[in-house]
Amino acid sequence: MSVSNLTTQLKGGLDAPICLTWELTYACNLQCIHCLSSSGRRDPRELDTDQVKNVLDQLRDLQVFYINIGGGEPMIRKDFFEILEHAEHNNIGVKFSTNGTYITAENAQRLASMNYLDIQISMDGVDRETNDAVRGEGSFDTSIAAMNFLRDANFGPFKISIVMTRHNVDQLDAFKQLADSYGAQLRITRLRPAGRGADTWNELHPTQAQQRQIYDWLIAHGDNVLTGDSFFHLNAFGESLPGLNLCGAGRVVCLIDPIGDVYACPFVIHDQFKAGSVHDEGGFANVWRNSDLFLSLREPESEGACTSCGNYDSCQGGCMAAKFFTGLPLDGPDPECVIGAGESLLKNATMTLIPKPGMDHSRKVSVTIGGNS
Amino acid sequence: MTVTLDSACELHPQVALRPEPFGALAYHYGNRKLVFLKHPDVVAVLQDVAAHDTLADTLIAHHVAPERWNSFVNALSSLETSEIIRVRQ
Amino acid sequence: MDTTAPLAVDTAQAQTASHDSVSSAITTPHIVEELLVEEISIDGMCGVY
Repeated sequence: MSVSNLTTQLKGGLDAPICLTWELTYACNLQCIHCLSSSGRRDPRELDTDQVKNVLDQLRDLQVFYINIGGGEPMIRKDFFEILEHAEHNNIGVKFSTNGTYITAENAQRLASMNYLDIQISMDGVDRETNDAVRGEGSFDTSIAAMNFLRDANFGPFKISIVMTRHNVDQLDAFKQLADSYGAQLRITRLRPAGRGADTWNELHPTQAQQRQIYDWLIAHGDNVLTGDSFFHLNAFGESLPGLNLCGAGRVVCLIDPIGDVYACPFVIHDQFKAGSVHDEGGFANVWRNSDLFLSLREPESEGACTSCGNYDSCQGGCMAAKFFTGLPLDGPDPECVIGAGESLLKNATMTLIPKPGMDHSRKVSVTIGGNS
Repeated sequence: MTVTLDSACELHPQVALRPEPFGALAYHYGNRKLVFLKHPDVVAVLQDVAAHDTLADTLIAHHVAPERWNSFVNALSSLETSEIIRVRQ
Repeated sequence: MDTTAPLAVDTAQAQTASHDSVSSAITTPHIVEELLVEEISIDGMCGVY
């Protein structure tokens, strides 16, 4: 038997996820204009505490190493700590993503006392003006307060996670300084046109020149900066960024949403990428191992329109969520393809072909900012 | 500390080893390192190394051909650096 | 158990005989080099928060 090739094995899918994203609730006290899950209002079908614990037990049996909890705002749930403790007792690591509103001096101590807990504070600007334009008035101060509470409670290193937009690309050095000042780790990720991001994509996504800027910055300064490998489409610029350079959706990772639906990843909450539900016969394990969607994602990819391009090995054709929600074919260039192949296609794409997000739990009608949609 | 054929080794207590068709995944809950174990033989050796006095004994017990021993030493050295295994006493 | 792997690099060390007709070639065993472990960064894969 030969020594296995890592990428081949991962692309073919594992018997169980390594980790997965679990959006615990669609409820959120904020209304960020790019929210990938269009969160705001709790869904009445939200899994209750017992159902959540049951799924955690299933993940334990599968030996999923850890879960990435998000939402909405996961700390809004009254059983939030109960869920964390159940995960800890079942040897499932937890990383959770939060806007920080519900981190107080008191529960920062509680968080600091837990085993295997990683916290990711979301922010999208290094100052109030830039951040609050995306996340709402007061949200910058809230994030900083949360970070201060964690520092004062000696939580240890946490992560600061930023979605790169047209308005914060120039703030990368400042973000790094901010993270360093807290002994925190910086994480930057790619904006996708998912959820409310679909409405603000045109105004918010980095320009081609800014993509180059992000790439150059990561090459020069990205040693200790996480990216969730969300920028592998930029590898076509030259030397590959650190990372596995592959989409893990349905193969190594997936999403469980607040009502127990299982999707390929948190950026494709839409029927076309729904694999099943934890309520189905055989539970999560059966969905992971046997759903039609995941089995098809584990088939070798077709390069399609990218066949003749020498960059495909580096960029892998980019992100399926970005292509899907801009109406582009999945076997073709990414809308932000660095050689512009996506842009040319987009000029011909009509509005009627763009899929709507699968669900919308927003608390108010989202307004397109200055757009001409 | 380097691992040699004479080393007594053991899996770090915070490591979970999850078998896969190709070998296994090893995950360290303390330092968050994830290692892909690319052949069933290295998995078998890892699972048994604490029960033997030396790595060489373990390799012999698992009928690993001598010409492959160097690769195993390198593998376990790498795992020791990641704290997936540690040298006993 | 299989003792060779397609990805292995054989480094055969052969000592050829001198021009002395009595001596014969002595070959030390192939050393098979396999990369048996590979560390991966899970944050280095797209699909999670």
